[in-house]
Amino acid sequence: MNGPLFDIAVAVARIAVFFAFCFGLVVVMTWVERKGAAYIQDRRGPNRADIFGIRAWGLFHPLADALKFLFKEDFIPDNAHRLFYQMAPMFSLAPAILAIAVIPFGPDVTVMGRRIALQIADLNVGILYLFAVSGMTVYGVVLAGWASGSKYPLLGGLRSSAQMLSYEVSMGLSLIGIFMVFESVRMSQIVAGQGGLLFGVLPKWGVFVQPLGFILFLVAQYAEANRTPFDLPEGESELVAGYHTEYASFKFSMFMMAEYLHMVVGAAVVATLFFGGWQFPYLRDAGFLFPGGSAVAVPPALVLLLRIGAFVAKVLFFAWLYVWVRWTVPRFRYDQVMRLGWKVMLPLSLLNIFATGLILLLLKK
Amino acid sequence: MTIGVKKVARPREMSFPESLYLVEIVKGLGVTMGHLLSNIVRQEGIKTIEYPEVRREMPPRFRGRHRLMKRENGSPRCVACFCCATACPAKCITIVAGESPDPGVEKYPVRFDIDMLRCVFCGMCVEACPCDAIRMDTGWFTPPDDTREKLIFTIDTLLEK
Repeated sequence: MNGPLFDIAVAVARIAVFFAFCFGLVVVMTWVERKGAAYIQDRRGPNRADIFGIRAWGLFHPLADALKFLFKEDFIPDNAHRLFYQMAPMFSLAPAILAIAVIPFGPDVTVMGRRIALQIADLNVGILYLFAVSGMTVYGVVLAGWASGSKYPLLGGLRSSAQMLSYEVSMGLSLIGIFMVFESVRMSQIVAGQGGLLFGVLPKWGVFVQPLGFILFLVAQYAEANRTPFDLPEGESELVAGYHTEYASFKFSMFMMAEYLHMVVGAAVVATLFFGGWQFPYLRDAGFLFPGGSAVAVPPALVLLLRIGAFVAKVLFFAWLYVWVRWTVPRFRYDQVMRLGWKVMLPLSLLNIFATGLILLLLKK
Repeated sequence: MTIGVKKVARPREMSFPESLYLVEIVKGLGVTMGHLLSNIVRQEGIKTIEYPEVRREMPPRFRGRHRLMKRENGSPRCVACFCCATACPAKCITIVAGESPDPGVEKYPVRFDIDMLRCVFCGMCVEACPCDAIRMDTGWFTPPDDTREKLIFTIDTLLEK
């Protein structure tokens, strides 16, 4: 295979695999959410959908849901703005999909004498791109709220715009510390930078060098993804279903997909920035090297598998954490959300930047 | 002492770790994870009744759907006296009486329809019946159906149970 053709084949293959992975996880997450919620609340959860009598703990329910959404009437309310109403679900889903592009799924691999990054696009502005793209999410929600021509979606859209804008600030600021420590905004370099050891014992993961930054980023991300305890834009006890009240059939399903894709991508981002991405603790290219000095040789193929496996495991854990938190913590009141965002998160993230800068300065001296 | 003034206990001040909220969230996560794990390990501990396969045991005096009783020779015990239809507050019982072929019995119901969509399950018909011909002890609800006609139970349906 010659040069350009090979590159195109690699690019297409990478997109296909990572896209399939994320959407597969979205499907699984809808099931995990329903089943996890049920078991947390002492219920059984979905267990009825079956294929030829095989029920598989309700695993076919996402499939049944998708079929149901496909065959429902595609309804547009009279008062809705026809164009924007139909654009909103796309605006909601597209940024979540775009964000997949900069996440490194594994270390570079060598295929047919070429180094291939397991990442769709290793942009030199990595995280800035991520922020730019996730900042667009709010358009989908606001557009849906405004174009529906109904009160509840409008209120949901308003809430969401205020909430997302305020938390975007502390979300961005909470990552400045990470840039300062790893001296890059390129995702692959941040992951590579987390391969070392801290004090010779701990892996040099973002969570250990930036504990406060991690908590701030996690909280801001929950607010960005509109997940409990920040799910005011769709607070069903107050706003029916918030911004997607007037949506049905596949348009509604696109909002749901966007929400779950946000969870998956958010989990991948947290894993990449704060938990070493594909780094397996104490695993080097040649094998394990433990702090005591003992070493275990591991074949390169297994190293690769362990690293990709580590990434997938981290993503799964953080995706589950979204579900776990949702069924644990009640929703905040709206003024509490705003107070937390501006009076707690923002000063703390500024403090975090200051403290990180001070420590780095003292270490350099 | 002023009458009608009641001192209500105020919620106590939160301690510092509680006001941070994060510690309490982690504790809450522990609680939910405990429920999740114990429910996965001990499935039988979940109280859900999986309806079509498993039915709730109804109390013995539960007033369910009706049934008509039979005599020893298999004919309906009902003598078409119209007591139940008269007592019915929902007017859901329709009886057409006919002359019984049995010389010892005067009348028998040619038709005995209960409109289950109108029935309020009050049990007045059972109270009113002088022959103990109608009972509501089947222990189950009226099952759902897709047309209204199917929910008007005829004498054959009522005698089956």
